[in-house]
Amino acid sequence: MSRSHRPLCWLALLLFCAAPAVAAAAADATLLRRGNGPDVETLDPHKVRSVAAGNVVRDLYEGLLTEAADGRLVPGVAERWEIDDDGRRYRFWLRDNARWSNGEPLTAQDVVAGLRRSVDPATGSPSAQLLTPIAGAAAIINGSAPPASLAVDARSDRELEIRLQQPTPYLLALLVNPAAFPVYRGGIAAASAAVTNGAYQLEGRVLQSQVTLRRNRHYWNDAATHIERVQHIVTEDLASEFQRFRAGELDITEQVPAAQVATLGAALHRQLRIADYLGVYYYGFNTRRPPFDNADLRHALSLAVDRQVIVDKVLGSGERPAYGWLPPRINGAPAVQPEWSGWTREQRLAEARRLYARAGYSAARPLRTEILYNTHDYHQKIAVVIAAMWKQFLGVETRLRNEETKVFLQSRRDARRTQIFRGSWVSDFNDASSFVDLLLGTNPRNDTGYASARYDAAVAAANLVDGAQRRRALVDAQQALIDDAPVIPLYFYVTKHLVSSRVSGWQDNLLDHHYSRDLRLDGAPTR
Amino acid sequence: MTPALLRRLLQLLPTLLLLVTLTFLMLHAAPGGPFDDERALPAATRAAIEAQYRLDQPLWQQYQHYIGQLLRGDLGPSYQYPDRSVADLIGAGLPLSALLGGLAMLLALVCGLMLGAMAALKPHGARDHLLMLFAVTGLSIPNFVLAPLLILLMAVTLQWLPAGGWSGDPSQLVLPVLALALPQIATIARLTRAALLDVLQTPWIRTARAKGLSERQIIWRHALRPVMLPVISYLGPAAAGTLTGSVVIEQIFGLPGIGRYFVLAAMNRDYGVVLGVVLLYGVLIVVFNLLVDLLHAALDPRVRL
Repeated sequence: MSRSHRPLCWLALLLFCAAPAVAAAAADATLLRRGNGPDVETLDPHKVRSVAAGNVVRDLYEGLLTEAADGRLVPGVAERWEIDDDGRRYRFWLRDNARWSNGEPLTAQDVVAGLRRSVDPATGSPSAQLLTPIAGAAAIINGSAPPASLAVDARSDRELEIRLQQPTPYLLALLVNPAAFPVYRGGIAAASAAVTNGAYQLEGRVLQSQVTLRRNRHYWNDAATHIERVQHIVTEDLASEFQRFRAGELDITEQVPAAQVATLGAALHRQLRIADYLGVYYYGFNTRRPPFDNADLRHALSLAVDRQVIVDKVLGSGERPAYGWLPPRINGAPAVQPEWSGWTREQRLAEARRLYARAGYSAARPLRTEILYNTHDYHQKIAVVIAAMWKQFLGVETRLRNEETKVFLQSRRDARRTQIFRGSWVSDFNDASSFVDLLLGTNPRNDTGYASARYDAAVAAANLVDGAQRRRALVDAQQALIDDAPVIPLYFYVTKHLVSSRVSGWQDNLLDHHYSRDLRLDGAPTR
Repeated sequence: MTPALLRRLLQLLPTLLLLVTLTFLMLHAAPGGPFDDERALPAATRAAIEAQYRLDQPLWQQYQHYIGQLLRGDLGPSYQYPDRSVADLIGAGLPLSALLGGLAMLLALVCGLMLGAMAALKPHGARDHLLMLFAVTGLSIPNFVLAPLLILLMAVTLQWLPAGGWSGDPSQLVLPVLALALPQIATIARLTRAALLDVLQTPWIRTARAKGLSERQIIWRHALRPVMLPVISYLGPAAAGTLTGSVVIEQIFGLPGIGRYFVLAAMNRDYGVVLGVVLLYGVLIVVFNLLVDLLHAALDPRVRL
């Protein structure tokens, strides 16, 4: 064997490596390849849960309004609308050329059917709650009224009326969410996305691999669409998504590994897009139980955390330190910063020590507490750093407890054992109310147990008025949060994409919505 | 042999029932359910969905329903992919996982046997040391290190092969098959070397040499069969594992196989999918173990079923 079979063995290896050794397919000028993170769970707009599915569904469908490349609200299926004086009645006029992808006209009845289906508990929509400003929606979502009782009426094929429970200044921003999209014939084809009304229609789907879309010739603004076909490609692993971009197999990545951001070469750095995002990473206190029913103690811990160190040393890819609850540049209200955010580190620590002592703790009698987070390297790193800061500056003894995500969510909700927990909130629409609502005493998702009459009243007041009055009410609400400190905002998220230089038309925006119809493939690729 | 085979096949049923029952109980004992999410569902919506999937019923009724469904050959719905059934998901991913795993096992078997034999024929020489160094290295480099290295070298630097994805192009399989096969090659090479060294010391090989048979005949006719025995014992369970995919390889190379469901479905509490893949894996393990036993009987005259 030794002599006669040795060459054979090497030959087998060689064949295996060399035979299919063809260069990666040259980039096709009519096909956009978008890395899209994990596989989409559904193509039914009313059942969308993940960011990934939202990205695909926004290419497939369009609501009454849509977003421009920079995130501004612009007319979609509706070409114009009127809001009655008291802000409770919206009338929309649909475009004459609004059509489904099979050429049938899209009518006001289709929009009504879509909204009713979305709030129907039988549909199981995870985002139906976004539609609660519409009169009757809350009762339907609770299961106490039939879907037909939703206060949405088609006054003709082209005219639609939506009546609200109370004035909701951000209603139009809600209508660009997939939960408000129309579905063909009341949803018969929603699961298969066979007939859609967006700039693209479904060409094919390989589970766990990609969703392929092709241009919808019946889209009302098809003349302004540039790219013939789009692939939303499953990229579960960040590091390999990055390598696939480098190898020229992807035009856009969904993420960029944090470790790579700092060390990108010049060519890749020119294609890197880091932008503000409407999301906050925070630590919540269980304010219902000792020791964190004490506001002084909550303040002390918040003051002792050096956000800049977390942002620069732990994360290191452009995240912004958070002192207040609202992300910068969000619509509806200015983001209020606590006074101490302008203090020096020494001033903050002195105040933290004072409050810590006032809460009854000292070196001899240190606070013993626990941070609960879901198992992940990245959450652990942050927890370790924060525990170290509390130890060093206040003498707090912190245990770290990690749990698998689903277990963690349940413990956090039960709030029986939690003291400090990790949390994050990413908004579905660009308005401050998405953030302020989370901490209302009545919100079942408010795991801090924070229930402040002052805060709840300010938020309720903000919902009744518009303009400067509303902004003032939301500033008051934020001030209440700053005074009570039920959460420690740590940093605001950023989005990180690599966008190939052959793609143009990309504009950063706060919700990170990038419609394929706004993109073009006319640049020269760089390697 | 046929009655024995039949008996073994019948034993399969209680084993699988036990497997399904234990998995079912453990899944439901784990805290958190499929619809617990960072953003909670409204109560009525949640109730409607749970009723649709019978999650509102007592556990024993759910179990009864699941087993009944299983007997009709239905694996049930997926909770994570609301428009898909478990059979859809497995049906979509299994062919690719099996192709990938099959190619990797084949490559591992051919290369492993050859390298092992090459090492054993001149034991303790430079070639042996080099090959065993390779084997130890292959065993100790985990997939998630090897795969990105392969991508970096072959796809990004040399640009010979695609970095990932699956559109039916065979070149997309080369790197994943290599990454999957390399540790197996190393294991099989070590097993082969050890077995061949043993066999070459045995009296029957000495007899064969004394008869004046050529070295080639000795290896192929007399030594190879007993050498195959430990390799086959290893191959059975290893093949079941490899054919059902590897979550690491699939995620790194962006391949739509079923390996991911072993991990992701459990994390998402997608009960139906977890039970489906556990059942599939269980069937494969039992079947491959049976095949191993049959092959043992065929190769080794001392073994009876």
